[in-house]
Amino acid sequence: MASVLEIQNLHVSYRSREGDSRPVLSGVNFTLMPGEILGVLGESGSGKSTLAASVLRLLPPNGLIGKGTVLFEGKDLLQAESEELRQIRGGRIALIYQEPSLALHPTIRVGEQVRQVLAAHQSSPKKDLNERTREVFTQLFPQETDRIRRSYPHQLSGGQRQRALIAQAIACHPALVIADEPTAALDPTTQMEILGVFRTLRETLGLAMIFITHNPALLSGFADRVLVLYAGQIVELGPSETVLRSPQHPYTKALFESIPAIFEENEKIRKKRLPVIAGSSSSQSLLRQGCSFEPRCADRMDICRKREPPLVKLSQTHIVSCLKYEE
Amino acid sequence: MELLLKVENLVKRYARRNFAGARQEFLALDGVSFAVSAGTTLAIVGESGSGKSTLASCIACLETPTSGNLWFEGTNLVQAAERELRKIRPRIQLIFPDPASSLSARWPVFGILVEPLVLQGKLNRNEMKKRGFSLLERVGLSPDIAWRPPSELSGGQRQRLAIARALALDPVLLILDEALSALDCSVQAQIANLLLELQSSLTMTLLFITHDLTMAAHLADEIAVMSHGRIIEHGPSAEVLRNPRQEATRQLLAAVPRLPRAPLPAAQQ
Amino acid sequence: MMRYLLRRLAHAFLLVIGVSILAFLFTTLAPGNYFDEMRLNPQIAPETLVALRTQYQLNRPLPVRYASWVNSVLHGEMGFSFAYNTSVAPLLLLRAKNTLILTVTATLLAWAIALPLGVWSAERLGQFPDRLISWSTAALLVVPDLALALGLLVLALRTGWFPTGGMASVDFESLSSLNKIRDLALHMALPVATLVLSALPLLVRHVRAAVADVLDAPFLLAAEGHGIPRRTLLFRYALPAANPLVSLFGFSIGALLSGSLLVEVVMSWPGLGPFLLEAILARDIYVVIGGVLFSTIFLVAGNFLADMLLYWVDPRIRSASTPG
Repeated sequence: MASVLEIQNLHVSYRSREGDSRPVLSGVNFTLMPGEILGVLGESGSGKSTLAASVLRLLPPNGLIGKGTVLFEGKDLLQAESEELRQIRGGRIALIYQEPSLALHPTIRVGEQVRQVLAAHQSSPKKDLNERTREVFTQLFPQETDRIRRSYPHQLSGGQRQRALIAQAIACHPALVIADEPTAALDPTTQMEILGVFRTLRETLGLAMIFITHNPALLSGFADRVLVLYAGQIVELGPSETVLRSPQHPYTKALFESIPAIFEENEKIRKKRLPVIAGSSSSQSLLRQGCSFEPRCADRMDICRKREPPLVKLSQTHIVSCLKYEE
Repeated sequence: MELLLKVENLVKRYARRNFAGARQEFLALDGVSFAVSAGTTLAIVGESGSGKSTLASCIACLETPTSGNLWFEGTNLVQAAERELRKIRPRIQLIFPDPASSLSARWPVFGILVEPLVLQGKLNRNEMKKRGFSLLERVGLSPDIAWRPPSELSGGQRQRLAIARALALDPVLLILDEALSALDCSVQAQIANLLLELQSSLTMTLLFITHDLTMAAHLADEIAVMSHGRIIEHGPSAEVLRNPRQEATRQLLAAVPRLPRAPLPAAQQ
Repeated sequence: MMRYLLRRLAHAFLLVIGVSILAFLFTTLAPGNYFDEMRLNPQIAPETLVALRTQYQLNRPLPVRYASWVNSVLHGEMGFSFAYNTSVAPLLLLRAKNTLILTVTATLLAWAIALPLGVWSAERLGQFPDRLISWSTAALLVVPDLALALGLLVLALRTGWFPTGGMASVDFESLSSLNKIRDLALHMALPVATLVLSALPLLVRHVRAAVADVLDAPFLLAAEGHGIPRRTLLFRYALPAANPLVSLFGFSIGALLSGSLLVEVVMSWPGLGPFLLEAILARDIYVVIGGVLFSTIFLVAGNFLADMLLYWVDPRIRSASTPG
């Protein structure tokens, strides 16, 4: 089966005002199959949002894509012409930004905003576009469809706005949806609803999805595979059950340990100091020799300062970037 | 343990005139009652719109309740004169969620930090400087960020700054309104540890308002669940977590995403 | 919504009345009256002056005169002009029409140039074309209107391309319709050019600032991510969200009657400006009051329009400001 997206050796950097370039993504490699949900786990500074923006070349003016290829359905997006790229954006690959209240135009009705996306990619007559808009809205808003379609963003709740963004994303039947922290601003019940919406869409439309988040708990029972990003590099990638339940990279392990386990049987965990990852991720991380996590790693060895960790295959599907596992 | 804060039947109604002049009413708090003992942590959880933030504003004396009583250290804040309130306000501090733009970009970190001291006007310059640096140390911030603009700080550092500033006036009650929600998980853990440490060393009382049940259950002695302006369930954390009585609480618990955990290593049991 | 409209209309009405009272007060309290000029003429007997004054009711108490002026307004006459010996309204209307021909053209032209220029500039913020435009608008801003007007007049004089003043050539009436239009256009060219050049800098900078603000907004980036074509992005997403521009347009309307005094005087355009100036100097008070009233009505209407436009364009302002 052909892959939907194949990212090979992607390097992205940002040029600062002084002129020097700061690497943000370094050597990112992964493949996404149709209908697969890949969870990208990363904290601030990990490069996760840059990854999302790079796929569609939506970086700010000071962002520079250095090496690498982004193969979408066999075509390298980094070499695509601007009109081709425009057609793919929103048409074949849809990007859902964070902050639904900011990503929607404040003075255009949400139904019209969805219709605009359709109009940008299909030259069908107005009637057909309206029909399709209504279809999409019925799918995402089974109740109060028409009222919501005619509403302005500020008249909708957070969850409804998020669904409106999703409507924009799926209107043109894309093959891939990249969602950047889509549930960050929502409360738990709405979060669950939105995850449910994504699951349903995957089932009914066969969508492939890249779900970016900093909260690993969200990916449990939702993502097929989990990719852990630290300082612009992949540190672990594998089936979600494996990675979430028994993480192998020291960063992933430490990250999970810093989340309170309140639902465990043992009550003594509560109100205790949480194990934290010492230090902080800094922009200097990628410029070092050797492993970028080394200064904060609980399992560090001397050699970690000198050599870059290789990608070790723990199993057919699980890889870790750590010198601990090297033969 | 004495009661630091006692809320009795607090009601807050908002009446607004919209652009066209029509009068609209909105009931944010519908008779809220609870009490907090000194040195403990109460978490108030609920969905957006449940009234949690309004409650925080009322307790912090930023808003006046429509009716009800608010007892703080024996004084009724609702009926107190302005003179009394002025003495009480520094003892209750509010920490907001971290929008990057809320800290004035014009002042360096130190200026923001000592602002409450400057406004209070009780210390001289040297004393303020000393206090400022000791506050930075307290919250785990390095002294060399003192002269940087806040835009150069990370999210976690900004929240530490907010906490340091709140501590400047020696409060006894810290209200955290979704203060951790915007932070990364590992940073949340660091701030949570800081809060626990402050609570034990300064006997601080914490009111933790959030929709993140995980962190609420971890930090709080008691949990109160709010819905539509009312408290529908209130009890010790473990109780509310394991034996929720209300359907709304059960739904809230069911919606919390959980990491599948391998059984805990022997060292932590 | 209706209540809001009615309330604003009521306020506007009260404002206009207030201004009329103030205008009345100031013009009558100012020393001198129309007939003072005649006192200098030895051939006119003082008794004649007194008789004239009585005839024109200049010796009646203020409130009475005000009331009778209001009455005159209601009859569509707006008082009496001593100099022209006829009611004020038709005089004002004619002059106002001339002014509007100038200012409406200038405003439309200025906006038509400022919008694309500002948008173009905002798209290339900080780059050379933008800096060039910023520089030129700053330079234009510094040049006083008077200098602009005079400069253009000198140009007309030297090249003979344009008439050096006035609204119509001497033989206007005898021209064919087409030539009449051409004649008008030629006479309009310089004053309109002056008005446009003096309004452009501010407009362009405002458009640039407002659009640059919007171009940075997340919703625009999100729309770009959806593959919305560039032109649609700029004109259906960016511009409509640039709210300050809507208000600015309303204010432009408000300034239609009041913004061109200097240009009209310098270029001898027979508009409201020179007419009012003349009336002030001659103490032709009812003309002055009428003129002030006209300008005020326009200004108030312009502000009102700005508010209404904003209300219409931005649904957030329309909705109730409910919490939660």
